[in-house]
Amino acid sequence: MSFLLILEQTLNGLQFGVMLFLIAAGLTLVLGIMNLVNLAHGSLYMVGAFVCAWVSVETDSFLLGLAAALPATALVASVVELLVVRRLYSRDHLDQVLATFGLILFFNEATKMIWGARPLRLDPPDFLSGTVELLPGAPYPAFRLAVILVGLAVALGLFLLVTRTRLGMLIRAGASNREMVSALGVDIDRLYTVVFALGAALTALAGAMAGPIYSVEIGMGESVLIPVFVVIVIGGIGSIRGAFVAALLVGLTFVWGRAFLPGLFGLVLEPSTASTLGSAISAMAIYILMAAVLIWRPRGLFPPHG
Amino acid sequence: MADGLGRRLGGHADGLLLGLAFLAWPAVAAGFGLEWTLDLAARILIYALAASALNLVLGYAGLVSFGHAAFFGAGAYVVAILAYHDFLLGPIVLFGLEIPGTGNAWIAFPLAVLVAGLLALAIGALCLRTSGLYFIMITLAFAQMIYYLFISLPDYGGEDGLSLFARSELRPLDLGDDLAFYYLCLGLLALVLAGKAAVVRSRFGWALMGIRDNERRMTALGLPPYRYKLAAFALSGAVTGLAGALIANLTEFVSPAFLSWPLSGELLIIVILGGMGRLYGPLLGATAFLLLEFWLKEWTEHWQLALGPILVLIVLYARGGLGGLVDLLRRGREGSGHG
Amino acid sequence: MKLRMTALAAATLAALPFAAGAPAQAADPVKIGMITTLSGGGSGLGIDIRDGFLLAVEEGGGQLGGVPVEVLVEDDARKPDVATEIANRMVERDEVDIMTGIVWSNLAIAVVPKVTREGVFYISPNAGPSLLAGRGCHENYFNVAWQNDNLHEAMGQYVQDQGFETAYILAPNYPAGQDALAGFKRYYKGEIVGEVYTQLGQTDYAAELAALRDADPDAVFFFLPGGMGISFIKQYDQAGLNGEIPLFGPAFSFDQGILGAVGDAALGVVNSSQWNKDIDNAANKNFVEGFRKAYGRLPSLYASQGYDAAKLIASALAKTGGVGDRDAFRAALEAADFESTRGAFRFNSNHHPIQTIYVREVVKEGEVLTNRIVGTAFEEHGDAYAEECSM
Repeated sequence: MSFLLILEQTLNGLQFGVMLFLIAAGLTLVLGIMNLVNLAHGSLYMVGAFVCAWVSVETDSFLLGLAAALPATALVASVVELLVVRRLYSRDHLDQVLATFGLILFFNEATKMIWGARPLRLDPPDFLSGTVELLPGAPYPAFRLAVILVGLAVALGLFLLVTRTRLGMLIRAGASNREMVSALGVDIDRLYTVVFALGAALTALAGAMAGPIYSVEIGMGESVLIPVFVVIVIGGIGSIRGAFVAALLVGLTFVWGRAFLPGLFGLVLEPSTASTLGSAISAMAIYILMAAVLIWRPRGLFPPHG
Repeated sequence: MADGLGRRLGGHADGLLLGLAFLAWPAVAAGFGLEWTLDLAARILIYALAASALNLVLGYAGLVSFGHAAFFGAGAYVVAILAYHDFLLGPIVLFGLEIPGTGNAWIAFPLAVLVAGLLALAIGALCLRTSGLYFIMITLAFAQMIYYLFISLPDYGGEDGLSLFARSELRPLDLGDDLAFYYLCLGLLALVLAGKAAVVRSRFGWALMGIRDNERRMTALGLPPYRYKLAAFALSGAVTGLAGALIANLTEFVSPAFLSWPLSGELLIIVILGGMGRLYGPLLGATAFLLLEFWLKEWTEHWQLALGPILVLIVLYARGGLGGLVDLLRRGREGSGHG
Repeated sequence: MKLRMTALAAATLAALPFAAGAPAQAADPVKIGMITTLSGGGSGLGIDIRDGFLLAVEEGGGQLGGVPVEVLVEDDARKPDVATEIANRMVERDEVDIMTGIVWSNLAIAVVPKVTREGVFYISPNAGPSLLAGRGCHENYFNVAWQNDNLHEAMGQYVQDQGFETAYILAPNYPAGQDALAGFKRYYKGEIVGEVYTQLGQTDYAAELAALRDADPDAVFFFLPGGMGISFIKQYDQAGLNGEIPLFGPAFSFDQGILGAVGDAALGVVNSSQWNKDIDNAANKNFVEGFRKAYGRLPSLYASQGYDAAKLIASALAKTGGVGDRDAFRAALEAADFESTRGAFRFNSNHHPIQTIYVREVVKEGEVLTNRIVGTAFEEHGDAYAEECSM
């Protein structure tokens, strides 16, 4: 195995990590600030991808699709927040789990009734459909580079939003002391609706960016939900910095496991067995990572203060 | 005080009523030519059994396990693997020892309980270092590891699963007879519920609830929370394994679907729906959830579109799940102003 | 036209007994129970199977082979315990004579042995796991689609025939995936430079693609059903591998139901299938036209299999007039005297098809991506498990 290949696989791991962060960002925000376990996060991711795909095909432009997906998903999320989610903030996590599970069922079926059961098409924009030669002899998909850039921008933006802006200050204050913030004359309900919609827009961005690489289909939200929760828990619930670091860790574990484990087993076992065993263990790898981190640090890598 | 006692008795009365309904159902079904419902009813009882086990840690110890499918599946696989070796493969060779397979439930069921319990003991020992959302996720992590192991394990069918060929033998009962099997499920559920009622009233149960409500105070009283929680978790896992052994017999088939996280989620939902920390809550929850799914599915292919909002409405308007709703109705009927 | 209804109405109707236009004077209709996946991920396959089957029933005016039928459709939500419970209910309550519909191998293994033992005929419109073709075969079980390995074997033969010296092969790590690679290797005799098992449900293949490029094979064979395949082909294309190393796979990732989502990345890819919409026979023309008219979309492979399952049942009912005489009905099924949408078709000793497997290429017809037959991998192809089956 060449050094170059190891380097390329590391890059792949980091890229997948950034993608995971992009998907996790909206959930971290909502979970950290409103203390809401939102299983329907994956459904918003699906809605974002479906709207983007639909508008892209209709208008022949990925960027228009993206531009439509963000506000559309934020709007859907606001309605859901007003009707359902708002009443869940004060409830315990279990009520939130049950109610948002109900929302998943609803969203999946509604999406199927609107767009049909067949997967949708979503292509990257033309100017990002080629490859870039980052490492010699290893052309890298331009769209994936774009995902990395967008992911980094979102990480930076979120960090600045929470630490440097008035909205961020209110959010932080509201998370630790609701009454005090409302005493200051701030409409907490509206603040939470805004944050929920913002989280949804971020999630839609992730769905739209993931669409051209993965497949836009019913149930796509549930398959990302678990890895995303893994990322958030490893990082420490509510910590954006933690989620970022954890996403990179999970991404690297995922890619390295699949890239190198079967080969390692191949040194001692016959190829077919090595491949199945290596694959089985690499499938478990992110869960082993999570269990190890939590046994070592029961509140994740970067537990938020308080 | 007297009021609390009355309500508790009242709660048991509701549970008893539900139990009697299940007891009488086969006779009613036979009268109306509805024998085909026994299968569904047995499935409800089995899910209620697993959910009752989960309720022990969830309702009384405040531990939200999102990995109970691991114990459910473990119980199911123990029965299936033993039967598989009995029918097809010959003895299991483990560290040079030859263990014969068996289709005998007197051996397989206790073994399923034991394996699931030990698994829960091991997983619990690691997981109980965390709490809250972290606990939810780490229990999920362990269940997922086992799920992926079984999916790629070609010896025992992998994702395709294993067929059981016949139900286990439990002489003098004939489990191949649907009625006998149904009453076995009902009897085991009653036994587990009675056991759970005893546990909850015991010093152990009192300590668990104390730890749930105020861990620091119980530690100050000299009760080690970790050990109490671990014991409850292992017990819960063992009973879930029993439910797994039963579902393997009901479907005469096991597959990694019994180990998957949606199943863990369904068990949680059944407990929450029925009302946590309520003895008969899981039976109520399982009955409501599975019947709702059944009826909606008979009605329309888009049943999820209806089931989703119904779950949301229950959370929003019936605090304490359906059990809470029953209490509310009872109080309304009695017209007394307490509460 | 009854079949041209809104999705909601169609579903409501499908959940009810389907007895459209059955003449009132007829005796009790033959009951057919269909268990298939209509909700959640992968429901597209079940919906197509159901629609294909019901199209054939509709063409007969509620009859198959001149015998009135009642089709009961239920959603298994892809869960084995739900599927077995529905099966029990259909056998005990509804007393169905024939069952069909299951999409997935694991659900088939859960349901089929039980119902066939109880004397019900099961006609599989899709799942064909090796267990049911070999050791676990049964006289009342018929598979009208394939044995699971067939299309992979065909691809192995084709890649071999085309003279590719090295191949890189990958599939998900579960029995169907392991069978797929075994099937490919059964007929491909060149060097395997990489045999990779991916995670079931995996969507990101960057790691595999980097390793694949590094191994520099002459050909790549993959079996990744559903969303996994969509992701893989797109990423293969985005990594610039399309055109560099030719890609081969079974029909699943290039089927009509999925091609629209894969997009131009699939153009030119060669894949194997026992059916295509351009197969030139009257039955197929009638089917493709009828399906498009009734549902407003192009039929998929799965729809053709559902349709053929119904036509097979029709041919047997036409001979026997009912299912009362089990042996006669079984013999009539074994004869397979029906006009299949894929042309010549007969049953092997294990009740699995012996048929031609074609090689297709993905092309564009106007704006629509679809397939065109470019060759034949096998004529009269059976399966590797028939000898294990003792009936």
